[in-house]
Amino acid sequence: MFLIRRFEERVLKLFEEGILFGTTHGYIGQEANAVGIINHLNKNDFIFSNHRCHGHYLTFTEDVEGLLSELMGKKTGVVAGRGGSQHLCNGHFYSNGIQAGLLPAAAGVSFVEKYKKTDNIVTVFIGDGTLSQGLTYEVFNWVSLWKLPLLVVIENNRYAQSTPIEKHLAGDIRKRAEAFDIHTTELSTFSVEEIFQEAERIIQYVRLQQKPTVLILNTYRFCSHSKSDDGRNSEEVKRWLVNDPIKLLVEKIEPNTVKEIEEKIDHRIKVAEDFSRRAEFPTLDPLDLDQMMAI
Amino acid sequence: MKYTVVYSLNQALRRLLATNPDVLIMGQDIVGAYGGAFKVTKDLSKDYPDRVLSTPISEAAMTGMAAGMAMRGLRPIVEIMFGDFIVLCADQMINHIAKFRWVYNEKVQLPLVLRTPMGGRLGYGATHSQSLEKIFMGIPGWRIVAINLLTDPGKLLEKAVEVLEPVLFVENKWLYPKQPYPIQNGSIEGFPVRFEGQNFPTCLLSTGDFEDADITIVTYGGMAGVVLEAMKELLLEEEILCEMVVPTHIKPFNINPILDSLARTRNLLVFEEGTENFGWGREVIYQTSQKFSDFKITPRAIGTRNFPIPSVKKLEMEVLPQTEDVIRAVKSMLSERILR
Repeated sequence: MFLIRRFEERVLKLFEEGILFGTTHGYIGQEANAVGIINHLNKNDFIFSNHRCHGHYLTFTEDVEGLLSELMGKKTGVVAGRGGSQHLCNGHFYSNGIQAGLLPAAAGVSFVEKYKKTDNIVTVFIGDGTLSQGLTYEVFNWVSLWKLPLLVVIENNRYAQSTPIEKHLAGDIRKRAEAFDIHTTELSTFSVEEIFQEAERIIQYVRLQQKPTVLILNTYRFCSHSKSDDGRNSEEVKRWLVNDPIKLLVEKIEPNTVKEIEEKIDHRIKVAEDFSRRAEFPTLDPLDLDQMMAI
Repeated sequence: MKYTVVYSLNQALRRLLATNPDVLIMGQDIVGAYGGAFKVTKDLSKDYPDRVLSTPISEAAMTGMAAGMAMRGLRPIVEIMFGDFIVLCADQMINHIAKFRWVYNEKVQLPLVLRTPMGGRLGYGATHSQSLEKIFMGIPGWRIVAINLLTDPGKLLEKAVEVLEPVLFVENKWLYPKQPYPIQNGSIEGFPVRFEGQNFPTCLLSTGDFEDADITIVTYGGMAGVVLEAMKELLLEEEILCEMVVPTHIKPFNINPILDSLARTRNLLVFEEGTENFGWGREVIYQTSQKFSDFKITPRAIGTRNFPIPSVKKLEMEVLPQTEDVIRAVKSMLSERILR
């Protein structure tokens, strides 16, 4: 959790300094979700993430160098600078930036795992904004019908980019999933321990029952949607800050230990940053994709 | 059983299921004796119930599901009931399937085939008759293959399943009940043919024995038969000799057979069923003109006129390009030459 927080803060700083270009979507405030869930998954399981993927990626892979290099567009990046912040692929981790776009691919992979009788499951992270895409419900219908081992985590941070949930979502999220006869759990907490505990039960359900499930995590993002596009009322943000998952965690750890962790993490990020700054930019293949196709 | 296009495709799918355990077919209403709207998958699910699967009416989800399956080593073949519905798959095709391999730095491959019937001439109207493959021609990452009556459609489908890139496999639906032309002594309907390329061959057919001809006509898919009819008439009525070049791999396409023919004819007409404006034909002319400049007259492209395709047969025939359009264009181009 500390790693995600410090990493995201550093990334925003590097944008300010003009070291990074393009865009980023910070995970500050939502760290407990990734950490609470992904720590129950093993490396053979699959994760499909979205535009706000750094927290999921770091928790699953701990690949700080790869991610920072990727953000800098370097050859040493996760996908050699071709993807950038929101198009990552490493082992069984995939992300893409289109709302609901990866849901069917995640369902397709969960089909293959069930078909080949492995006990690997697929977890896909979406947000409250994704609930307004029709494709979401095509996939809900399908995975319920075919009983596929897919865990859909809805991180409801109450905003679709800048539009508050009251302005973009009708009805009840839970009922939407339950309408497809999908087992659904809802949590409103910033405590990583509580999420961790509940996630264990849910992941076991998906693995053993070989059925989809939806986990709704009501949360909040403390940083802006992207780099500096925050139109939210600062009083509102302040009210939510009392729930800071890092703060909740720090209260339970010895101050000296916290300091040690932070120093270790800052050092790790520094090493990754130095490494990434030194790395080369990629070059383009001489042949384009059409030219590479043998006919 | 007549060896029709539908039968050829059906038997190819059966062979694929029999020989490759990773092949899986998805589509709407494709199981059982019903076997899909055009019967291409008829009876396949009886022998392969776990690998021939009817799905909900969710084209986008089906396309994305196939992507996930292909990423994990299966060889999904997806049937989109009508080519017109492919726009429902567009985000998955363009923003996902076309991107994964390259953007993920070659860490994944997506060997999947998206089969779909395109084209009109059956009175199905504006939303069930279009040739929309052109939408995807400008998207790097996809192969586009189109069947015709000069090449065995089933064999082409088997090759499409073999390649490692996603393939949009276009079946001009007008062809389903027709039989591919028999090839006798290297000739189709008495005219010599040549094939270039192994897996996705380009067919060349000449009414001038590949010695001399007045014009090269490039076309693909169901339009090859339309052009062949025009070529016969031009030969008998006008003594005009033509060469036809018909690629099966239409994007990217192999330009060499076209250049080979142009060296003899120095005249080029491109004919397609997609809309003429911003079309494949104009791309063929552009790419060709980068390598060949010795045209006798300016090349032309003919396609569907800029209307939605009408249901009523009379108007549909007027909007879609016909044999007469080929004849008229060839005569007009050649008379232009004479006038000069």
